[in-house]
Amino acid sequence: MTAIDPTAHLTAEQIEELGRELDAIRDEVIASRGEKDAAYIRKVISAQRKLELVSRGVLLFSLFPPAWVLGTAGLSVAKIMDNMEIGHNVLHGQWDWMRDPKIHSTTWEWDHVSPADQWKHSHNELHHTYTNVLGKDNDLGYGIMRVDEDQEWHPLHLGQPLWNFVNACFFEYGIAAYDLELGENLHKRRRKNPEFRARARAVGRKIRNQVLKDYVIHPLLSGPSFLTTLAATFTANLVRNIWSHSVIMCGHFPEGVQVFERRSIKDETRGQWYLRQMMGSANISGSRAMHFMTGNLSHQIEHHLFPDLPSNRYAEVAVKVRALFEKYELEYVTGPLPRQVFSAWRKVFRLSLPNRKPGIKTPDRERELVAA
Amino acid sequence: MTSAALRSRAWKLLEMVTTPLLPSDYLDLVSPLRAGADLRGRIEAVHPETDDAATVVIRPGRGWRGHTAGQYMRIGVDVDGVRLWRAYSITSPTNRQDGRVTITVKAIPDGKVSNHLVRRVKSGTLIQLDQATGDFVLPQARPAKVLHLTAGSGITPVMGMLRDIEFDDVVMVHCAPRPQDVIFRDELHDLVADRKLRLIEVHTDTDGMLDIARLDELVPDWAERETWACGPAGLLDAAEEHWSGHGVQERLHTERFRPGVAVAGDGCGGGEVTFRATGKTVDADGATPLLDVGEEAGVLMPSGCRMGICFGCVTPLKAGAVRDLRTGEITEAEPGVLIQTCVSAAAGPCVIER
Repeated sequence: MTAIDPTAHLTAEQIEELGRELDAIRDEVIASRGEKDAAYIRKVISAQRKLELVSRGVLLFSLFPPAWVLGTAGLSVAKIMDNMEIGHNVLHGQWDWMRDPKIHSTTWEWDHVSPADQWKHSHNELHHTYTNVLGKDNDLGYGIMRVDEDQEWHPLHLGQPLWNFVNACFFEYGIAAYDLELGENLHKRRRKNPEFRARARAVGRKIRNQVLKDYVIHPLLSGPSFLTTLAATFTANLVRNIWSHSVIMCGHFPEGVQVFERRSIKDETRGQWYLRQMMGSANISGSRAMHFMTGNLSHQIEHHLFPDLPSNRYAEVAVKVRALFEKYELEYVTGPLPRQVFSAWRKVFRLSLPNRKPGIKTPDRERELVAA
Repeated sequence: MTSAALRSRAWKLLEMVTTPLLPSDYLDLVSPLRAGADLRGRIEAVHPETDDAATVVIRPGRGWRGHTAGQYMRIGVDVDGVRLWRAYSITSPTNRQDGRVTITVKAIPDGKVSNHLVRRVKSGTLIQLDQATGDFVLPQARPAKVLHLTAGSGITPVMGMLRDIEFDDVVMVHCAPRPQDVIFRDELHDLVADRKLRLIEVHTDTDGMLDIARLDELVPDWAERETWACGPAGLLDAAEEHWSGHGVQERLHTERFRPGVAVAGDGCGGGEVTFRATGKTVDADGATPLLDVGEEAGVLMPSGCRMGICFGCVTPLKAGAVRDLRTGEITEAEPGVLIQTCVSAAAGPCVIER
């Protein structure tokens, strides 16, 4: 984190001009959306379903080690595809323009214990609106971690590397608890709130269905391979959780990503909103396969600028967005996955301890966009 | 346990195997036309009829319940990746041996779906279907004398009737700009040659528009005939006036391709629509469904069948009034009032919860 606002050199006019240029990029993609894009998502969905079907078929014979390895690998990839390139993006409404009720943000449900509608609220509405605003965007540390010097340190934070590791292993449960705002709602009075109870029941139903499917029904169908199939589905869930946790940590945690004060978003203009997304997100560089497996969240910056554009278009958008970063002399935070994951973890460890020079707090003023 | 109960148990178990997807999501991959699937069809061929009209041969899914001559079906076609729904009259006879149905489509200028079907669609394409519907059909008892009064693509439901049943005495008055614009012309002339049809072609490019008063001269016994009329609104309005003027309106059956309820000028000119949750306000005319208005404005709209059946698009109407595009019925905002955005258009300024 820098004490100096990296956007301080921009005038208010420049920020609005930047906003207009980004709007033009968006309009261009929307005007050219069509058959090819529709064919893309249909192909991905169909491939995911076939891969899952075949992998689970292979796992019926998971007593044989090669079948176990093959089936587990296939199922892990299928689950990652379901959550990342399909689920996350469909639930953002990226494919709603196709007007296909089967591939639509209002009807889609994913292989995840958080029900789609709850996730859409906490993610699409809260996180994407208040990206990286301290006290507003709970994705900053998911309410269990300290990820910025400006957050107050508490002795409990000493354990955050451990929480973060546990959270990575059981990430989908962490997200479900987070979407339920479990921490806040477990107080006695809130617990009885009928709206909360209904949402908690919905999560309970989803957990039951997912657990029954992965840990009871499919193992039972495997007969003598019961235990090995159970181990395989557990492993696939673990792989999927650790993978998506890592990718998502790379989105906003690495060094170089800015956080913002609550006050800074008061009367925020469209240009300023765009700028906050640009400075508050980080990308992952890599091959096309890497982009696909991250659900194109490797293009986190582009995704945050245009959360509802089809994910298959982020790569071409990224070229233009990066040019704008250069034009306006802003830092485009990106790097290969291992480096970004390491950077995020280092921050988790570093901030588990109190700030090195207590008492010297970054002056808020300088870091505010409005000041620019 | 009955076999139905067993089947439903088995299905429940299968749902547990596939959760959160449904078994049908997997079955659709291999067998989209099977019984029990959402109704779909596969386009098997497209035969040109005229320069701008073509007959589309569709193999419907197993759930297809058949049709009655004169009815239409709605189809959902993906054009440039976007699913669009349109209604077309069925032109195939009900007893077609191979179970296929045909629609005959005339490409209208700037018509997204019609041009796609006539000029671009490839055989093998999957489309969404809806069961045949419509009451522009023949009565159970075959009438002794029949008149078909048609213009342009208005001939399509009537062709479905002609191909379905042999009439004893049938006259057709058909209007088209030029002879080569007459859809099914060869087939009609074959019927004439076989003395199964008396055909009067009105070529409006040379003869001018048909004056309904000329019927007395063209078909002197028109008033005695059970009449099916289909064509542009002007022709049908004139026919309705003519028939009721002579007190024989019960013999006239008409089919309008576009619902006449959304004509501007009779107090349904639309208005400003506000989407409250997103804070967007846009102008809407009185004929565009609010679902389309919202989607055009970039508002995340829930949607389903887009034809008023599934209630997948219902949303609270917070203020103002909307018009049901099917019935013309006006719904005003009141607490708890939900509207189907796919069949409702603005009837003045309105606010919906999106």
